[in-house]
Amino acid sequence: MKFNGQAAIVTGASRGIGREIALKLANEGAKVVVNYSGSKDKAEAVVAEIIANGGEAIVHQANVAVADEVKGLIDATMEAFGSIDILVNNAGITRDNLIMRMKEEDWDSVIDTNLKSVFLCTKAVSRQMMKQRKGSIVNVASIVGVAGNAGQANYVASKAGVIGLTKTTAKEFAPRNIRVNAIAPGFIETEMTDALPEDIKTAMLTQIPLAKLGQAEEVAKVVAFLASEEASYMTGQTLHVDGGMVM
Amino acid sequence: MATVFERVSKVVVDRLGVDESEVKLEASFKDDLGADSLDVVELVMELEEEFDMQIEDEDAEKISTVGTAVSFIESKIG
Repeated sequence: MKFNGQAAIVTGASRGIGREIALKLANEGAKVVVNYSGSKDKAEAVVAEIIANGGEAIVHQANVAVADEVKGLIDATMEAFGSIDILVNNAGITRDNLIMRMKEEDWDSVIDTNLKSVFLCTKAVSRQMMKQRKGSIVNVASIVGVAGNAGQANYVASKAGVIGLTKTTAKEFAPRNIRVNAIAPGFIETEMTDALPEDIKTAMLTQIPLAKLGQAEEVAKVVAFLASEEASYMTGQTLHVDGGMVM
Repeated sequence: MATVFERVSKVVVDRLGVDESEVKLEASFKDDLGADSLDVVELVMELEEEFDMQIEDEDAEKISTVGTAVSFIESKIG
């Protein structure tokens, strides 16, 4: 087991990739805080599944784009587990539209949820991780943050921002033995990608050398690797988990 | 009972690994005591623990010397 009793926070862990990350970390021995914003029942189901498998987890509701709620998340983690060893900034939303039709509020909400949240959660755990002289942060970016994607200006900007933030955080915290890396998933089968129009899905498939959608578990495995000591000499990196879409 | 200066001095010596004789009121953490920015942030965190107080970011930014740390803490615990 990679994480023998380490405490991990996974934001946006009720569904999709976040859910698989929470399950994977727990399966490898981490005590997991399953954060969610809206999907209470699904988040509780994730915790129930972890406990049924002999793991340890709690659920905590917080909108991670709001500093006070992030503080509550950190306090709850410290109270339950007494340390914060791993932070996975996964929470994210899409509000897709062409720039010409994109509403300002859709820009703001995506930037807040996908990017500002990473800053807030990182800042909030940094104190504890600095004290521990140890910690690992994994940010979930996206391959479109590297390559761009028409119709997703807000989402792409937020994910490109996450990649830049990852590099800066890595440099600031490296002297304290805190590693910070990102993953850039490609086209992964989740509710988020199910919502894409059929013609876009077909077009995207032709761009994937491995010629299939990725599974959330395949992303979770890479997150677990980066979070673990197996990646002890890696920081500031963004690993593409995209079937070869962007090389 | 140790004075505020003595308690601050002990934290500084432990954290920055400097000699007690170097810790004077006018000593700058960065310029005289070899601290980098992150060291100063950590130092403030340790002072918060030592004196059981919360030091807000805007106050922490003003703490750059042993003397500013001591006078800030004295003003708080009065």
